[in-house]
Amino acid sequence: MGWISPFKLNRLGMLNMNRRNVDYIARYNSRESYPLVDNKLRTKLVVAEYDVRTPRLLQVVRQQHEIPHFRQMADDLNGFAIKPAKGSGGKGITVITGRDGDEYIKASGARVSAPYLERHLSNILAGLYSLAGTPDVAIVENLVESIPALARYSFQGVPDIRIVVFQGYPVMAMLRLATTASDGKANLHQGAVGVGLNIANGHSLNAVQFNRPITLHPDTGLALENIAIEDWQEMLVMASRCYEATGLGYMGVDLVVDVNEGPLLLELNARPGLAIQMANGRGLLPRLRQIESLRKPHFTPEDRAAFAMETFNSRI
Amino acid sequence: MTSRSRIPFFFAILLLIAAGISIAVWRHVELGIPWFTGEQQPVWMVEARIDFTGTGEPVLASMNIPDQPPGFRILSEQAASPGYGFSIVEDSGVRRAEWSKRDVSGPQTLYFKVQLIPDEGGQRGNPRRRPKPEPTFWEEPQATAVEELLQQASSRSSTPESMTRELIKLLQPDASGQNTTLLVSNDNYIDLLNRMLNHAGIPARTADGLALEDARRRQQLRPFLQIYDGNKWLTFNPRTAEQGLPEDVLLWRQAATSLLDLVGGDDSEVSFSMLRQTVPALQLAQAQSTENGLGFLSLYQLPIEEQGMFRMLLLLPLGALIVAFMRIVVGIRTSGTFMPILIAVAFVQTTLIPGLIAFVSVVAIGLLMRGYLSSLNLLLVSRISALIILVIFITAGLSIAGYHMGFNTGMTVTFFPMVIIAWTIERMSILWEEEGAREVFVQGAGSLFVAVCAFLMMSAPLASHLTFNFPELHLAVLGLILLMGQYTGYKLSELRRFHPMKAYD
Repeated sequence: MGWISPFKLNRLGMLNMNRRNVDYIARYNSRESYPLVDNKLRTKLVVAEYDVRTPRLLQVVRQQHEIPHFRQMADDLNGFAIKPAKGSGGKGITVITGRDGDEYIKASGARVSAPYLERHLSNILAGLYSLAGTPDVAIVENLVESIPALARYSFQGVPDIRIVVFQGYPVMAMLRLATTASDGKANLHQGAVGVGLNIANGHSLNAVQFNRPITLHPDTGLALENIAIEDWQEMLVMASRCYEATGLGYMGVDLVVDVNEGPLLLELNARPGLAIQMANGRGLLPRLRQIESLRKPHFTPEDRAAFAMETFNSRI
Repeated sequence: MTSRSRIPFFFAILLLIAAGISIAVWRHVELGIPWFTGEQQPVWMVEARIDFTGTGEPVLASMNIPDQPPGFRILSEQAASPGYGFSIVEDSGVRRAEWSKRDVSGPQTLYFKVQLIPDEGGQRGNPRRRPKPEPTFWEEPQATAVEELLQQASSRSSTPESMTRELIKLLQPDASGQNTTLLVSNDNYIDLLNRMLNHAGIPARTADGLALEDARRRQQLRPFLQIYDGNKWLTFNPRTAEQGLPEDVLLWRQAATSLLDLVGGDDSEVSFSMLRQTVPALQLAQAQSTENGLGFLSLYQLPIEEQGMFRMLLLLPLGALIVAFMRIVVGIRTSGTFMPILIAVAFVQTTLIPGLIAFVSVVAIGLLMRGYLSSLNLLLVSRISALIILVIFITAGLSIAGYHMGFNTGMTVTFFPMVIIAWTIERMSILWEEEGAREVFVQGAGSLFVAVCAFLMMSAPLASHLTFNFPELHLAVLGLILLMGQYTGYKLSELRRFHPMKAYD
């Protein structure tokens, strides 16, 4: 049992749950913007206006009677992802990576039947995964194929990049790699590996799984020290643009790098988790306070990304 | 930015907590509602008995009854007298109990009971009208003797009190003045004193006191002298000139009217008996709350059934406080925000161990059945509905099984809120599928732990006593909860969660 004193945490500038909720989420995220990010369908539509690309939308299932259409549409596809529009924390997302006769192969390799997916759709519509249990719609998206440079680190599932954006400035980033424990999902609390990324250049810093520091990926066995993300600046600008699109002052931006289409926005999160600090080995508070004390904010996403790259170099 | 905007908030919180506590203290002082359960307070039960013989005519008996006796507070009054009409009349500041009946003959007995609480700080009602000395007329040779005695007393005194004391001394037989011997005879002593003081311009009257001793019967009233010093009536012992009322003396009659007026009867006699009782202080406070202006703040006036409901409802804020503390400060994960409170409320009715066993077994069986339901590919609403029915079956089954096995505790499962249990099962089952069994146990155990804490808090006798009798304390609870809503410090669980950060310090 390890414990750390609150004073030490304070010195490290670790943002905690209560402070995040009271001082950042409640203060900088206006309530009316929540539906925008809590609904993936609306997010897709609104960020498109700001030149932020998302995975291609294949189908929207809104009603129970539309479920049979899903089977017709899915017949021609090899890979796709079914997501509840209002799901949170990766709940209810089913990723199909291939076909085997009538059966579908999940990212974990498990085979599921079409009735299984239909039941899943009907669960989504009934609101089983939605935030308040309200009726929901299911969206079917094109399967994202990660670039091999990153995909090789991840055990199944697509690695994604979480960037915390504060008042339009990218302040901290991490790469999330799926593991067996996380069932192909990239959520840290489900057991995915988080690799902290230097905002300055997109190079990896530390890695954690289940809040514990690691150096090798538990499944692929690859060293996590020397990962470098390409097109880093472009991704930071993309993340920064989401601020204009949603108006949320404090949010998590999840990006993936598709082998065909380049960086894509996967989803936005109005309540980003705190584990990113563990992956980076530093607290968020000093950076958040630095942004808060800026006398003259930058007005374009490009300027903000450039400022962040200049200011938040973790290697110094 | 943060500090400035929060000052009014903290001030409001402080105000809220202070208001809650001070109203409680105020009501404790004013109404005597005890802080703790089981506090006892003495109560004197005094019974006046009137005996007389009816002469075959209509009877009207009118007796003076205590009215704001110093050192006591009247809790209840009650008359017992079969066949008589009874009422309490108040006439120019004098309270009298009146019995009436037509055609009375033979020996009659009337009872009047009054319950009194010793109350040192009790308010002494000031006379409504300023009393004036009554005019007196003396015949010679008494007139001269009175003048001389009064002059003597007056020359040795400065105030109405000292004058009274001096006069009493002068009238004692051992003072052996001629004037004294002339004036005083045994049966007119107190009356004489009274008249002389009035003559001297000091309003005076005779009051009748009753020495309270436990379990005495057939007691008589003892006369006391009262003078008015311009502000209030002062009581003197007419023989010793001792000022003030001895402890445990109840002034039954203070106004200068007769103790008993009887029309239509002979041989009347009034006697008193008394008993010292102890009554729970809470019961006293409840009885008094109706008369007191502060009573509107209490729940005692509600029908008993509603009171019982409020007793339960008023415990909920404590549960909410525990849940808020556990989630915000300690950081325990629970399944469903306030599910633990509802479980705790059920525990209060089932008691802890049977409740825990029943709850865990219902949820466990429910989870097994939910496993089958999930393979049926049902819509959410119908799945939950089916689950509710299954939960009812499970509780019924457990009750019947428990009853046949001789455990009455089996039947206590019925106290659990069925819909909440159904939702809990549903949520846990989804949690199991998505996050694995470990998370189910973490959240399940967290919920149960919080529920048990809330139960321990809510089942403490002091907690239910304070919440019900001092509902205003909930203002303080509200303040604490609001305060916790502003807590931005680390949770206890985060000190553990972030401990790998030690490496980067």
